[in-house]
Amino acid sequence: MPIHFTVNGAPVAFDGDPTMPLLWYLRDHAELTGTKFGCGVGACGACTVHVDGAATRSCRAPVSTLEGKTVTTIEGLAPGGSELSAVQRAWIEEDVPQCGYCQAGQLMAAVDLLRRVPNPTDADINRLTNLCRCGTYPRIRRAIHRAATIIAGGENR
Amino acid sequence: MTATQLDRRAFVRVSTSALGGIFVSAVLPSGAAAALRPGRLNAANGVINAFVRVEAGNRVFIGARACEIGQGVRTSLPMLIAEELDVPWAMVTVEQLDYGLLPSNESPGFQPKYGDQGAGGSTNIPDGWEELRMVGAYTRQRLMHAAAQQWGAGTDVTSLRTDAGYVIHPDGRRLAYGDLASAAAQVQIQDAQPVLRQPAAFQVIGKPTRVVDAESIVRGRASYGIDAKIPNALVAVMERCPYFDGTLASFDATAAKAVRGVRQVVAIKGPAPGEPVDEQLADGVAVVADDTWSAMQGRRALRVTWNPGPWSKDSSQALKASARAALSQPGKVARTDGSVDSARQSAAKVVTAEYTVPFLAHATMEPPNCTVDIRPDRALVIASCQSPSEVSRLTSKLTGIPRLNIEIRLPRSGGGFGRRLRSDYVVEAVKLGMQVKQPVKLIWTREDDLQHDYYRPFGVHGMTATLDPNGRVTGWSHRVAATSRKFRDAGQQRAPDWLGVCDPDNYPAGLVPNYESTFAPVEFGLARGWWRAPLHTFGAFATECFVDEVAQAAGRDPLAYRLELLGEPRQLKYRDHGGPVFDTGRLATVLREAARAIGWGTTPVPAGRGRGIACHFTFGGYAAHAMEVSVSQGRVEIHRCICAVDVGQPVNPLGIEAQMMGGTIDGISAALRLEITVEGGRVQQKNFTDYRLLRMGEAPDVEVHIIPSTASPSGAGEMGVPSALPALANAIFAATGRRVRELPLAGGAGLGT
Repeated sequence: MPIHFTVNGAPVAFDGDPTMPLLWYLRDHAELTGTKFGCGVGACGACTVHVDGAATRSCRAPVSTLEGKTVTTIEGLAPGGSELSAVQRAWIEEDVPQCGYCQAGQLMAAVDLLRRVPNPTDADINRLTNLCRCGTYPRIRRAIHRAATIIAGGENR
Repeated sequence: MTATQLDRRAFVRVSTSALGGIFVSAVLPSGAAAALRPGRLNAANGVINAFVRVEAGNRVFIGARACEIGQGVRTSLPMLIAEELDVPWAMVTVEQLDYGLLPSNESPGFQPKYGDQGAGGSTNIPDGWEELRMVGAYTRQRLMHAAAQQWGAGTDVTSLRTDAGYVIHPDGRRLAYGDLASAAAQVQIQDAQPVLRQPAAFQVIGKPTRVVDAESIVRGRASYGIDAKIPNALVAVMERCPYFDGTLASFDATAAKAVRGVRQVVAIKGPAPGEPVDEQLADGVAVVADDTWSAMQGRRALRVTWNPGPWSKDSSQALKASARAALSQPGKVARTDGSVDSARQSAAKVVTAEYTVPFLAHATMEPPNCTVDIRPDRALVIASCQSPSEVSRLTSKLTGIPRLNIEIRLPRSGGGFGRRLRSDYVVEAVKLGMQVKQPVKLIWTREDDLQHDYYRPFGVHGMTATLDPNGRVTGWSHRVAATSRKFRDAGQQRAPDWLGVCDPDNYPAGLVPNYESTFAPVEFGLARGWWRAPLHTFGAFATECFVDEVAQAAGRDPLAYRLELLGEPRQLKYRDHGGPVFDTGRLATVLREAARAIGWGTTPVPAGRGRGIACHFTFGGYAAHAMEVSVSQGRVEIHRCICAVDVGQPVNPLGIEAQMMGGTIDGISAALRLEITVEGGRVQQKNFTDYRLLRMGEAPDVEVHIIPSTASPSGAGEMGVPSALPALANAIFAATGRRVRELPLAGGAGLGT
């Protein structure tokens, strides 16, 4: 019996192996390679997506758990060539990425944080557990603060 | 650039007869010469040469030749070209250049098209500094000649100037680069070598510039090796022998093949015990499937048995014990000045300490992977890598396909740190591709990556300093007992035994009258390789912690003591990578700057905290760190973290800052918790759950201070690491009174008495 969910607004009827983690469905079957494989055990966050709006590590989310759910990936934050979200703009303005591999997961975690805590402190940001091997953490902090300011309308767009 | 550095490269004289039209009256570095030749290139799309094309509408495309591993070269190298091409950076679109070879009449029948494209040793900026600026300058020269040609005979090309992508006539007429491009590709000129700009005139170089790929990265569109897509490609994962130099005994693929999506199960032979390991690490059994999950499920269903091999009794405990014992052996001398024994006999005080540093894994965020399509007479390889010429050479060696018929695409790489200087994962993929006879993508899991690596060497440093009655160093002895990097690599036969573990010309060599650097080899089965600032990350911890201890024994302030040791600004010989000289004045400058920024000696240290300082010379660059920390209940908190650097002329200050922040955090991460340990001949760490990288909440803000300079630049990618670890250790001492003699600090094991 197929499992039905949506990915970035598009409906999916999946009838492959239900134990397949969402990560590998996205990368191998949905042509969405923006979500990355880093560890496979939920320890690094490179695979972070949103499931029903909440940050989720897709390497630990079997497709069997997705019936009726909404999945958003990094590609869905600013679909097609559309205007970048505030977090993405802030990320560019603060020149955050180095190798960039972890950044999709960092962005998805940051978007989730800002939805829950619109004006996060450093302490709030420091609770994020997405790993970055290149050490972009200080600029991620700045970008999240900047994004909060943009979202609150404190800066001209 | 010194004469010695110029001599290092092979220069060619590009002649009219050989290349039909372009005459260069002076020498041009061979790397770029081939790329500037006209006629062999597709003249469409405004191509002027292999690096530059300008389309109608004046959109400028500049090629980025090097592997982008996060060190920012996809941005900084094109900046060098743009500067001398005289176009504002806002006009430039960067395109990645894939690995390029051109046919050649001389042996071996091919030559690099773009020059060196690898990423290692922090060489991209220093190697590209003259060469790529010349590419820009020669291209601009052609554009000016093309304009003069168009304006008619009698136009004096020396009266023309350029601005914002136009060639401008003295009478005000102008022609856009985009309209001149195809003429520029063909025009025949006999000018002298162009004169490069002086630093005061720089418009692009030295300006903070954001990474060119930022938008594609934040949209999730940036393509890494692991994202490669070739039609009909299968996916493979490999179960490798967990014992170093163990071998495959038997395997039963019945259950694996029964997993839905699994197509083939293939044994891949690795090196036999004693054979070189530079090209491959281990025997393995690969499960090849329609998609990644099926391959992983198939691998779980494999039944494999291994012969444990000759190293299966290895343990980290035994290694440490044998290394410490080796310190008392005579060892091999890497450098000796005067007599440290005589100095010892007449010393007022003798200071000794031992420092132990662990094996480290690279743990690039993107695990090793490679996608191949092997045909009878040609091949395609897509891999995040750091040495595309090695990828090319090895693919050709394994398949017999001529190098000119092997296409190698260079995607963005999710980290390198030296791991991808080895192409063992490419060798595995090519072998697999030859057996499977279909395109295949081989992916390593994180467990594979941590358990199979060319690890940063392990070692114990035995330090001894002898002091005179005034507390000055009369003798300095640095003995290293370590698993050197010279290990089963046929290409290293001429390297000294202490490769990667002794740095005999670095500070304080040449600064003290009696000095000795010695090496005692320790045998162990783990493969070793280059880990970000190889040699320097390994050694600076010992040197800079020990200078602190010596200063303490002499009753002196650590900063003042170091500055006195460095003495008058002068250049000392430095024979290793990053030489040929080490400048004591430049090291003193960054030390003073880091100290000034943290308020060393000028602002009070808050109660419960301590400040530490350290400095190091790495690959031509000078760095110093100053940190302010507190320690409570075994946890270190870093309140302030300063990094001062001198890299010569900064090319992209925003990129340099990023590399220093990242390098510092890398050093702190390693110091706090990271180590690879071995028990029963097997690596114990399996994933990020037990190889615990630093997290956001533990990462300090890093204040980066870049010393202004117009000297020839050095590379920034690695030099931010070495002095970070001892600065942290010295700060911990200042805060707690306890010396750090062993890394990692985790569990308090690193805190000595």
